[in-house]
Amino acid sequence: MAGEHATIIPQLLAENEETLLRDWIGSQKKSGALRAGQISEAELTEASRRLIAALRGGAASGQFVDITAPGWDQSRTVLEDVSRSHATLGLTPSETATFVFSLKEPLFALLREKVGKDPDRLADETWIATMLLDKLGLYTVEAFQKTREDIIRRQQQELLELSTPVVRLWEGILALPLIGTLDSARTQIVMESLLEEIVTSGAEIAIIDITGVPTVDTLVAQHLIKTVAAARLMGADCIISGIRPQIAQTIVHLGLELGVVSKATMADAFAMALRQLGKAVVDRGPVRQGI
Amino acid sequence: MAEIPVLKIGDCLLVSIQVDMHDRLAMELQDDLTNRIVSERARGVMIDISALEVVDSFIGRMLNNIAAMSRVLDAVTVVVGMRPAVAITLVELGLSLTGVRTALNVDKGLDLIRKAIDDQGGAFGRREE
Repeated sequence: MAGEHATIIPQLLAENEETLLRDWIGSQKKSGALRAGQISEAELTEASRRLIAALRGGAASGQFVDITAPGWDQSRTVLEDVSRSHATLGLTPSETATFVFSLKEPLFALLREKVGKDPDRLADETWIATMLLDKLGLYTVEAFQKTREDIIRRQQQELLELSTPVVRLWEGILALPLIGTLDSARTQIVMESLLEEIVTSGAEIAIIDITGVPTVDTLVAQHLIKTVAAARLMGADCIISGIRPQIAQTIVHLGLELGVVSKATMADAFAMALRQLGKAVVDRGPVRQGI
Repeated sequence: MAEIPVLKIGDCLLVSIQVDMHDRLAMELQDDLTNRIVSERARGVMIDISALEVVDSFIGRMLNNIAAMSRVLDAVTVVVGMRPAVAITLVELGLSLTGVRTALNVDKGLDLIRKAIDDQGGAFGRREE
C-alpha cells in the first residue's frame, strides 16, 4: 500500500514521542480511562510511555503487516502486561481495547499535520497506521481474554481439589458428602476416590449424601446412578441420603429412577447401614455426671 | 494354550482369572464351568477377577452370561475382587451387571454365597444330607 514512498510513521514516532504521548494520555482521559478509579494517572502514563517506546522500536523494524514478527516483541510484551493488569483489576474488554485505539486520534492528527497536503499519501499512511493499531488492539483483547480464561481455569482446579472427601463413619460404613454441582469431571474424581476407599477400608456400605447438591437434573442423576453401579460392582451397597423436598419433587417430575435405597437424612441412612451390618446403637439411660 | 482352572471348595466352585482374557478363553470357560456345575452339583460359583486389569464389553457380557447360566442351573454366582478402574470401565460401557452379585474379596464372597443359598434353600428343600 505504501507504494513508491516509504512510510513516514517510524520517523514520526521518533521525532514526536513527547507530543504524541501527551495527546494520547489526553485522549485516554477524555474517553474515561481514569473515571472508574482502578488505574492511577501515574500507572496510565507509565504504561503509555512504555508502549510508545516499544512502538518506536517496532516501527523501526519496517514491518507493519505482521505484528508477530520479532521486531514487535517488545510491544506485545507491553500489551500483555497491560491487559493482564486490566483483567486482574476487573476492567472491561472495551476499556482495555480503548487503551490502544485511543492512540489513533493523536497519531492521525500528527499525520495530517505532516503530509496533509498530499491526500493520496495521507490516505496511504492512515491506512497503514489504522491496520497496525487494529492488529495491536485485537492482540490486546486476546491477551485480556486469555488472562480471564486462566483465572477461570485456576478456579475450576481449586474447586475440584476442595471437593469430595470420603469419610469413614464406622467399621464397614463410608460416607461421601457431595457439595456443589456434579459434572462429569467431578463425578470421575468422586467415583475414583470412593472406589479406592472401598478397597482400602473393605467397606460394605457407602452413604452418598447430596444435601449440598443444589439441583438434581437428569445429568446429575445419571452421574449418581453410575457411581452407585460402580460401587456395587466392587461389592458395596449404596444409600443416597440428604434428599431435600424440592429435589424429591424434581426427581419425580423428571421421571427419574435412581434404582437405589434413598433416605431423607444422613442419620436415617446411617441407622439403616448399622442395621444391615447387624449392629445397633443402644440407649443406656441417663448418663451419670461427675465420673 | 492356557486354561483357566476351576477349583471345588465344598459345594462351591472357584474360578480365578489370572491371565489376559481373550474371547476364545472366555467361551471355553463358559463351557467348562457349566459342565462342572452340573457334574459337581455345585450351589455357588465364585469368580475372582482381582488380577484382571483390562475389560471390554465382551468380558462384561461373559460375566453376565455365566451368572445367568448358573442361575438356570440353580447356582449362585458372585464376582469378587473387581478393581476400581475395571468397575468404572464397565459402568462407562453401560454394563452394570445387574444380574450378578458382587463382593469385595473372596472371604466376603463366600459369606454372600452361604447367605444366598440359605435364603433360597427352604422353598423346595433341596438340601444336602
